[in-house]
Amino acid sequence: MIILIIIGMSLVTMIPRVIPAFVIEKMQFRPWVNRWLSAIPYAALGALIFPGILSVNPDKSQIGLLGGIVAVILAYIGLNVVLVVIGAIITVYFLSL
Amino acid sequence: MTDKAEIYSSTAVHMIKRGFITGIPIMLGYLPVAITYGVLAKQAGMTLMELTLMSVMVFAGASQFMGVNMIAVGTGTLEIIIATFVLNFRHFIMSLSFMNQLRELKLKWKIPLSLGLTDESFAVSSINKDEAKMEKGAFFYGTIISIAYLSWIIGSFLGGVLGDVIPDRLSQSMGIALYAMFIGLLIPSIKKEKKIAVIALFAMLIHALCIQLGMSTGWAIVAGTIIGGMSGIYLLKEDVA
Repeated sequence: MIILIIIGMSLVTMIPRVIPAFVIEKMQFRPWVNRWLSAIPYAALGALIFPGILSVNPDKSQIGLLGGIVAVILAYIGLNVVLVVIGAIITVYFLSL
Repeated sequence: MTDKAEIYSSTAVHMIKRGFITGIPIMLGYLPVAITYGVLAKQAGMTLMELTLMSVMVFAGASQFMGVNMIAVGTGTLEIIIATFVLNFRHFIMSLSFMNQLRELKLKWKIPLSLGLTDESFAVSSINKDEAKMEKGAFFYGTIISIAYLSWIIGSFLGGVLGDVIPDRLSQSMGIALYAMFIGLLIPSIKKEKKIAVIALFAMLIHALCIQLGMSTGWAIVAGTIIGGMSGIYLLKEDVA
């Protein structure tokens, strides 16, 4: 029975992912659509970061927020993404002590 | 002829190396999350084979956690599948953007690259857009996605075999990892082009608003991404696109 769930989950995940590969082949977009699509990565990052980051610690939303602020600062001073990630983990670790 | 072949292969190797370095943050973020997934899936009564197979076939973190939860409480098959569709529909929008970025690539590349699209592999790949125009750029994106995929599968398997190996407090702290990665990707783009901050903040606002209105996380992210991205129609110039 679980195997059926896995196959179903796979199909409804993979089909929406792969359809654009075929659609793009056949379509040329107007400039405004291209501008919209090129803004999607930044919009997606925004929507993925907030408000989700508040639930890093579901009981204390400020912990995720503070970890995020540290990440913003580390990224702003130009550190590599790996260091930004490690810095945020350390921050949250100590805040949770 | 041999010269050409050499240049060809060295460019490919170079792209694989760059993809590997660029993909390391995903590995760092995925391993602890995947291990946690493996542990929870095992506790929910799934076999090692089933939980690893789910990672191989679904490759979508949040929906796998949700699926495992729903299996644990005995939710119906159809309900689990519909909830998965809703939660992962955002990948359709992301894939549309990503495939437009990779327009020049052949379909035989586009298909596997689109199938391997997750929030994280999309975020890292789409922020590094220059490689899309470079020779052998497909190897760059292929490597990023392969690292993400393998980290996810290996982590899930390890979680299922080893159980809770990461100390509780550490694994809780690692919950910030993927968010920090998203921030680490977004900030350099904002430093280059301030208007990108407006797009991202707008998307956050829409997402938060939709949650307040009682929408599910899946649809709220879709709405935030689509509507937030629309601000780019006015804000971005053609050369950024």
